[in-house]
Amino acid sequence: MQQIQLSHGGGGQEMNRLIKDLFFHHFTNKILLKMEDAAILPTNGKIAFTTDSFTVSPLFFAGGDIGKLAIAGTVNDLAMMGAKPEYLSCSFMIEEGFSYADLKTIVQSMQKELAVSGAKIVCGDTKVVPRGTLDGVFINTTGVGSFYHSQTLSASAIQAGDAILLSRDIGCHGSCILMARDALKLSSNLISDCATLWPVVEMLLDKNITLHALRDATRGGISAVLNEWCVASEVQLDINEENIPVSDEVNGLCELYGFESYDLANEGTMVLAVPQSEVAATLAVLRLFSVSASHIGNACHNEEGNHKVILHSPWGSRRYLDLPQGELLPRIC
Amino acid sequence: MDLKELYQGFRDPLIMKALTKKININAKQLPHPLKVMEVCGGHTHTIMKYGLMQLLPENIEFIHGPGCPVCIMPKERIDQAIELAMLPDTILVTLGDMIRVPGSKGTLAQCRARGGDIRPIYDPMDTLVIAKENPTKSVIYFAIGFETTTPMTAVLMQVADQQKLSNFYVHCNHVLVPPAINAVMSDGRAKINAFIGPSHVSVITGAKIYQCVADKYNLPVVVAGFEPVDVMQSILMLVDLTIAAAQHDSPPGMSIQYSRAVSMEGNLIAQTKINEVFEIRDVFRWRGLGDIANSALKIRDKYAHFDAEIVFKAHFFTWFSKTKSV
Repeated sequence: MQQIQLSHGGGGQEMNRLIKDLFFHHFTNKILLKMEDAAILPTNGKIAFTTDSFTVSPLFFAGGDIGKLAIAGTVNDLAMMGAKPEYLSCSFMIEEGFSYADLKTIVQSMQKELAVSGAKIVCGDTKVVPRGTLDGVFINTTGVGSFYHSQTLSASAIQAGDAILLSRDIGCHGSCILMARDALKLSSNLISDCATLWPVVEMLLDKNITLHALRDATRGGISAVLNEWCVASEVQLDINEENIPVSDEVNGLCELYGFESYDLANEGTMVLAVPQSEVAATLAVLRLFSVSASHIGNACHNEEGNHKVILHSPWGSRRYLDLPQGELLPRIC
Repeated sequence: MDLKELYQGFRDPLIMKALTKKININAKQLPHPLKVMEVCGGHTHTIMKYGLMQLLPENIEFIHGPGCPVCIMPKERIDQAIELAMLPDTILVTLGDMIRVPGSKGTLAQCRARGGDIRPIYDPMDTLVIAKENPTKSVIYFAIGFETTTPMTAVLMQVADQQKLSNFYVHCNHVLVPPAINAVMSDGRAKINAFIGPSHVSVITGAKIYQCVADKYNLPVVVAGFEPVDVMQSILMLVDLTIAAAQHDSPPGMSIQYSRAVSMEGNLIAQTKINEVFEIRDVFRWRGLGDIANSALKIRDKYAHFDAEIVFKAHFFTWFSKTKSV
């Protein structure tokens, strides 16, 4: 088989072969192989439940592909709530004519990424649509996670006085994707930060570190996360620009094209809000995974109810960090 | 050399603090409050991004304007771009952030969502690639920019001419800085008493284009770079020029802060290219300023076969009919 054909989504023999040879082969587990209309999941207590669709272009990029992204993205959403990622659904929407070899590569990277958290794909769906109606392949994953600890993490749980930390340097995924697109014609050694964050979250929880909020800074970058937290927790966030880790490559792209690294997407980078007393312990864990983890600022109470993100420059001036607006386009001036 | 080596020193906190201190000390001797206009949106961006206004004493303030080549684009020109983009078998190519600015019928981004083939690019030369890859389509470059980007469009048109491209066109919206400064100052009511001159423009034109502004309005002009240290040093220079002029009762004059890239004469080759391809347009409408005589460029007759305003004239509903009498 070289290309995916419409018959691979038609419910007949071809579809069964695709599912068994490719999907079951790589995602194999007892629940999935039962092939029931719905997976039956053993649960105990409250669960976390999330969904995400992945439409990245290009499908393959430095440091990952749409498959890795589809697993890490949904698993990270669960991990950000402090939930252990357990079960995932997986729906493929595939364009007629899509390369089987590419699909296999994507499925293999999904299998590899699942192993990082131990989550399992327990149900799925395959659709094939006529050529030209979809850009290659889209993937939707939905995830269920369980809680084995008593911490409640929430975007609205940040308190005045909390420290704001970053798990690593920002903007790598967004930069990789922008550079891979034709229009910019750039190359570098930069690789996407695309990664499963559960191992680091698990270690933080296992060390009984008190966490108030976690969020992976995907689309909209850390600008979006920090602004969402201000509103949800009714706090002001004071962030020191010089403490925000940004690699030379990402800074270079931003210099050339007039982007803000704070607006660029990440796929394996999280922002954390923790009590000041936990800063040292949290950084110690984060730095086992990335040396660039940093304490970037603090939450404080604003008496006028001005719940904004304030960036402090190294020379003492301040400005608001706003939510990003519109498409990411190079400024000409 | 790393890219960061080019800018790191111009964002050095110690230098920024030292300049802040010096400006605050020297500004005490200013004979009058300084009201500085930074002509270029790039400087406004630097002032905002690096919070420079908070570092200055109360007797120095900015009057922002007139803006960048994107934000001064009047809605009539964007309407024309949209009309062109909606023609069958047409690709409209333009520089990135132009697609966000609204005309009377929305933005180019909205036009793209309605089916217009609009492609943001970074390098104008990519237009030639797009034209060659799409020989059955008309590829129109919606050219924008001050004197900085004009040479690129001129070269683009000369290369297209050499390659005898028959599906390539340019909709020219190149504008000029000095007429806009004159428009701001001409009625004598503007409170501006110092200018920061756009320096990327000056890399092409030379700083000489601001000499007559300094002379005519008897105020200091400093041609400034775009890093925070550049702008702060330029403010210090404006302060010192103003104080010296008051002490010696002499004209404050013009200085170049961005001397690492700007000379008095500018890039003579680029100036020749501009002159070969473009001539002064009688009038151009600026968003926020209105119609300004001789403030823009149009394509010379020699290149009329590339001029989208001529070739596609019959398809424009709005602006052409209203302004053809000027």
